[in-house]
Amino acid sequence: MFGRLTWNAIPFGEPIPMIAAAIVILTILGVSTLVLVKGWFPYLWREWITSVDHKRIGVMYCALALVMLLRGFSDAILMRSQQALAFQSGGYLTPEHYDQIFSAHGTIMIFFVAMTFMVGLMNFVLPLQLGVRDVAFPTFNSVGFWLTASGVLLINISLVVGSFARTGWLPYPPLSELKFSPDVGVDYYLWGIQISGVGTLISGINLLTTILKMRAPGMNYTRMPMFCWTALAANLLIVAAFPILTATLAMLTLDRYLGFHFFTNDGGGNMMMFMNLIWAWGHPEVYILILPAFGVFSEIISTFSGKPLFGYRSMVIATMAICILSFMVWLHHFFTMGAGADVNAFFGLMTMIIAVPTGVKVFNWLFTMFGGSVRFEPPMLWALSFMVTFVIGGMTGVLLAVPPADFVLHNSLFLVAHFHNVVIGGVLFGAFAGYTYWFPKAFGFKLDRAWGVRAFWFWTIGFYVAFMPLYFLGLEGMTRRMQHYDVPGWQPWLIVAAGGAFLILLGIVCQIVQIYVSIRDREALADTTGDPWDGRTLEWITTSPPPAYNFAVLPDVTGLEVYWDTKQSVLKEGTMPDAPDYEAIEMPRNSPTGVVTAFFATVTGFAMIWHIWWMVVVGLIGAFATFVVFAWRDKMEYEIGRDEVVRIETDVRSQRAERLRQRVETA
Amino acid sequence: MPRTTENASRVGPAIGSRVVRLAILGLAILPAGCSGVLNPAGPIASAERTILLTSLVIMLAIVVPTLLATVAFAWWFRAGNTKARRRPDWTYSGKVELVVWSIPFLVILFLGGITYVGAHKLDPYRPLDGKVTPLEIEVVSLDWKWLFIYPDRKVAALNELVVPAGVPLNFHITSATVMTAFFIPQLGSMIYSMNGMETQLHLMADDPGTFRGLASHYSGAGFADMNFPVRAVPMADFDAWVAKVAAGGRPLDEAAYKGLLKASIKDAPVTYGSVEDGLFRRIVTRTAPDAPEREPGDTGSVKTSGRN
Repeated sequence: MFGRLTWNAIPFGEPIPMIAAAIVILTILGVSTLVLVKGWFPYLWREWITSVDHKRIGVMYCALALVMLLRGFSDAILMRSQQALAFQSGGYLTPEHYDQIFSAHGTIMIFFVAMTFMVGLMNFVLPLQLGVRDVAFPTFNSVGFWLTASGVLLINISLVVGSFARTGWLPYPPLSELKFSPDVGVDYYLWGIQISGVGTLISGINLLTTILKMRAPGMNYTRMPMFCWTALAANLLIVAAFPILTATLAMLTLDRYLGFHFFTNDGGGNMMMFMNLIWAWGHPEVYILILPAFGVFSEIISTFSGKPLFGYRSMVIATMAICILSFMVWLHHFFTMGAGADVNAFFGLMTMIIAVPTGVKVFNWLFTMFGGSVRFEPPMLWALSFMVTFVIGGMTGVLLAVPPADFVLHNSLFLVAHFHNVVIGGVLFGAFAGYTYWFPKAFGFKLDRAWGVRAFWFWTIGFYVAFMPLYFLGLEGMTRRMQHYDVPGWQPWLIVAAGGAFLILLGIVCQIVQIYVSIRDREALADTTGDPWDGRTLEWITTSPPPAYNFAVLPDVTGLEVYWDTKQSVLKEGTMPDAPDYEAIEMPRNSPTGVVTAFFATVTGFAMIWHIWWMVVVGLIGAFATFVVFAWRDKMEYEIGRDEVVRIETDVRSQRAERLRQRVETA
Repeated sequence: MPRTTENASRVGPAIGSRVVRLAILGLAILPAGCSGVLNPAGPIASAERTILLTSLVIMLAIVVPTLLATVAFAWWFRAGNTKARRRPDWTYSGKVELVVWSIPFLVILFLGGITYVGAHKLDPYRPLDGKVTPLEIEVVSLDWKWLFIYPDRKVAALNELVVPAGVPLNFHITSATVMTAFFIPQLGSMIYSMNGMETQLHLMADDPGTFRGLASHYSGAGFADMNFPVRAVPMADFDAWVAKVAAGGRPLDEAAYKGLLKASIKDAPVTYGSVEDGLFRRIVTRTAPDAPEREPGDTGSVKTSGRN
């Protein structure tokens, strides 16, 4: 009836997962009860869960990423404290537990924090910057989000029911094959990542189409803001690379479920093929993460320096060069496989070549500040910290690209320090910068500055304290993923690193307090202008938060910084431009397709993991039925009447006219 | 083998060797231990350290000014600074663009040369130069222990590697179970051990000493204990050790090998006085007995008993 699933799957005897699970379940129950008692559910269902509005979906992606950051960071604290203690002792985590934790930490941080956050920011910002009302496929977009959430759910269920993979965040065979990992851990990984991977692919197709086909009139490619360019590159990479991941995981699934021999030791399988395939996806993946972050920083450095981005064309060329080169370097993840000198030299050189466009970007950000008027608001602080941190991380990355250096540093804590250096310093700081920067656009009020600055300092200092020691440990020959060790010289460094992790914890606490304080003081922090940072791109032309339709009339784009130019001329002339002719606007109808599909996907995934075959059939039929019902819909859109548009816009215009009048008077 | 040492250390270009020495000094000030890759005990490791530090120094030459410029630009052009000259419309300069593309390009060109030469000279498959006949060693990674076979001497050892100092070592490496990596940080390069495949590695210890060897690729529950001491001894001592092992050890036959396939941790070093002919070859070609399956729900048939 329930396949492999029995009561033994729940680890009643182990306190740490049970306590963690109890906290999670109580939180979910508490929140659900609150929602039901207060009668918020209809609102949530109508306005969020079934919403196909790109802004709502973007916000939900980011919220999901922030929640998963807490989960992934809990794992990090456990690992750092375990290693700080585990000198010639077992510490407090058994290998079985510790190995799950580092696997879950990597999986969650890459797929459900970094990736999810970036997709969320792109979802929210792209249509606004492109001057359009929605993404190309709004319901599809909702399906993509909910499938990601489905993957998150499956990975987190593994905390209580069964166990997670003990293979590392990439399940290298033969360790991940049935012979060496016979329990459900790897299956949780496979189905969780497979389902959310489909969600990511959907999102990539959707955003790519949006950028290519749906720009405001007059916005040709060379008038797109930098963030749109980096998003274009990232989504091209998603569309090109994610099918490789899907295929690779499908092959491993066939090995595990149907006795195939793609990567097994016997039957002619070869795990080298898995490593090549997984990194053919995996290396573009890191650029999928970092390119949107580059875009965020480009926007922020330009805005807070009060200058257009320096060397726009160079930046575009550099972005697209990185996009293409990212597919030609995957082998540097396993120089130590023994591929031969020519192969290693080629991939080492290709990897270094990527440093050229990346270096160009750093210099262009520098020269964007040069001659500007730099305001140290929290987004800009994150950007400056990024520039310093990322350059260091990039340098150690190039070091690892030199094969003879990699021969002694591969798999060491030096490597761990390097990729945290670029993923935290680049992607995560980019996510935080973007989150702080666009928060007022999403919610109509800014985040509290003081708590933001505190979070920034704790994160930045915490990062250096936590990860610089790991560089030295790597040079000392400490390899990664060690549950315990017997070299006395390592322990002091690991204790320092654990201290760094606790500083980062304080940074996260500051961020939670920041949300609370900002909501409490939302009246005082309100952004009534729609342009809280003196911005330059189109998202700041509309109100905060924007109306469902974003723009009553699609902006006419005549240059790279059309909003900035318009703003300057209006300020100079002191009069508002004439009101345009408003028309009724058609918007896509909300649809529960996404959440229902994801429900059935979760059922299917869970049933596959536990070999509950009848439930697999139910899940698949349910998902297909959802698709059929959606395909047979007869009303796709609803209309916002002209009167409604005029009412909203007249109100906005009168407020703006009033502010302009005051400004002219004070000037 | 002075020639080997010379040859290998020539890999790092002569440029900035003084700078490199300074960098080593700089890193030595930090409380560096004594078992890491910065304390090489063989020609490969020292050549790799040279390349590592040379590359680092070359990059620092551009990274440090960039970091300083970031802080300096941001601070000088802060909104409140009345002395800063504002150029809010300065968004393009052909000259700056040229410099901006050239600097990283030149640095990479330079590093690329080191990479190309280094990748060839220090290819783990490349035999070391020298007149001394190398010693062949066959390495098998097991769950979670290391087996070292000396095919010419017909002896073997578990979890302890004894090698003659000053003699090139030709390692042939495979895995009886999952993949891991064979690494002696102070001697240099690591390389994967993979089932059904043979990888090669060429190292040498300059002088007698004891080094730390380890599995440097995660391989399951017992991974953290999968390390072994490496004893480099004078040639005469090595011969004596071989003679002693050959005289007293039990044989490494199929039955003994089958016993080793069972997962275990912290096995005390064992020596084998004789080795079945072609055992390594049979492991590589998968005609030797295969590792048993791991049981569901446990960490590979090993509970971490004896440890809290």
